[in-house]
Amino acid sequence: MLSSTVQGILTSSLSDGLIYAFVAVGVFITFRVLAFPDLTVDGSFVTGGSIAALMIAGGYNPFLATIAAIGGGLACGAVTGLLNTKLRISALLAGILMMVALYSVNLRIMSGANIPLLRQVTIFENIAHLFGTTKSVILVIGVLAVLACVVFMILSWFLRTEIGLALRASGDNEQMIRGLGSDTDRNTIMGCSISNGLVALSGALVAQNQGFCDVNMGIGMIVMGLAAVIIGEALLHPRGVASMLLAALGGTFVYRLFITIALRLGLSPGDLKLITAALVVVALAIPYIQKKIRHEWMPPAVRF
Amino acid sequence: MDTGKEQSLLQLRNVRKVFARGTIDEVTALNDINLDVYPEDFVTIIGSNGAGKSTLLNIVAGVFPPEMGGKVIINGDDVTSLSEYKHAAYVGRVWQEPTVGTAGKLSLEENLSLALLRGKPRGLRSSLNKQRGELFRSALAPLGLGLEDRLNTPVGTLSGGQRQALALVMATISKPALLLLDEHIATLDPRTAQVVLNLSDMIVRRERMTTMMVTHNMELALRYGNRLIMMHQGRIIVDIGQQDKQALTIDDLVSAFEQAAGERLTDESILLSHR
Repeated sequence: MLSSTVQGILTSSLSDGLIYAFVAVGVFITFRVLAFPDLTVDGSFVTGGSIAALMIAGGYNPFLATIAAIGGGLACGAVTGLLNTKLRISALLAGILMMVALYSVNLRIMSGANIPLLRQVTIFENIAHLFGTTKSVILVIGVLAVLACVVFMILSWFLRTEIGLALRASGDNEQMIRGLGSDTDRNTIMGCSISNGLVALSGALVAQNQGFCDVNMGIGMIVMGLAAVIIGEALLHPRGVASMLLAALGGTFVYRLFITIALRLGLSPGDLKLITAALVVVALAIPYIQKKIRHEWMPPAVRF
Repeated sequence: MDTGKEQSLLQLRNVRKVFARGTIDEVTALNDINLDVYPEDFVTIIGSNGAGKSTLLNIVAGVFPPEMGGKVIINGDDVTSLSEYKHAAYVGRVWQEPTVGTAGKLSLEENLSLALLRGKPRGLRSSLNKQRGELFRSALAPLGLGLEDRLNTPVGTLSGGQRQALALVMATISKPALLLLDEHIATLDPRTAQVVLNLSDMIVRRERMTTMMVTHNMELALRYGNRLIMMHQGRIIVDIGQQDKQALTIDDLVSAFEQAAGERLTDESILLSHR
């Protein structure tokens, strides 16, 4: 009895952890690699979901729909990057503007507040059919695990290429890398674009897994992604590109584990945003409080 | 007109720079600069605060363009309106702060790999490989700081002097046409400053780099390089070549400054009275 409860918690944390891991990796790329606090995520997540839902409901191949969703996310991120680099709007404000604007865009894409996908063939049904079974939690976990591995391998390779290294340098020392001949505007646009492409992929997968896309399903997604990144860092102390990516993936799983347990303990789904915010506050405050106790120097509070 | 002199590597023509134009804070940081720097010149640039030394280097590095009508030509290419990252193909630069010239979160070899591709297209090849590792090792070994054995170390863990030495190697490893040293030893302690300065001199001589070094220190400006430029209120007021420079003392410089600055002042007052 107990073990089946534990099993239930673990499988549900694992499938949710994997499906939202792309958000965490996206947030990792903007916040950590590029040092660009991008809040576009809440909007681009739904953009991905709504493009996929619209196309699948319209009878398109679900793989094509998912790729189109990624494309939509890439475009969202590119616009945020352009606002910041070409019009010099602060990163934070550019993201907020995009988040707000995308809410209307998403309503337009769906011609309403949601699109149901109940009797539609999603990539999960498609792959299940390929293996001669039906959609199950295990199948979903398998599909997502393969996808997460592919994304992990592509990114850990890319961030070590010449272009990828210049991208990382842009987040570390923009003046230096410009002085070494790399176009930092282009790097910022590229980084935001990749990040939101991953976020949109996550949105597309979530819509297909839960059987609908809703215009409000992106609310708090940025905080969730940040929570996953911070938890992963706190637990794994990553050094190097690969371990940082792994920390983002692992952090999402641990975060979903917290959430699943909180739900099993009887908290309502409406409480989840508060729990998430509290988790981020605790994870951010612990290092500060530790240093304060040890009377170590801390930088002043950051305003932007 | 053929003057018989070799082709200059850097040409500045009618370079002016005005900041905060149209406000009460308007300041002319550079006033009609014309300058030729020849291959393998090592030019030291001195002047008081606000003389325009850093603005001059910023124009050469492409941080901002000069006012309309000015021209910046490097190696025969008109780079006046090129953005900063495109200037990088021609110009290597070491800044005052060691933290500006290096990326602290990245390792030594990653920093050097970024510098190796200065002005070249970056692709999807791996940024590090064995061949590059060997190249970095041999570039760091002559510094005598043991950095060649710490290629994997994050640069943030190095001391200020070590970081500045690395920044120097990064500015020169791809052999750009021009090296700019922008008060690059000003924030180091005296002993480390001397070490970094000697390294700079060694690399400049070995690679026969054309160099412009800004400094506040008259003694350094006299001791290093083959040409000395003194700036005042956005103008070049003294320009001394090798022969004259060798016999020059600090007192000579001070009196040259007073004389030149004084003359300039009267020039300007005459100009004003005519308008």
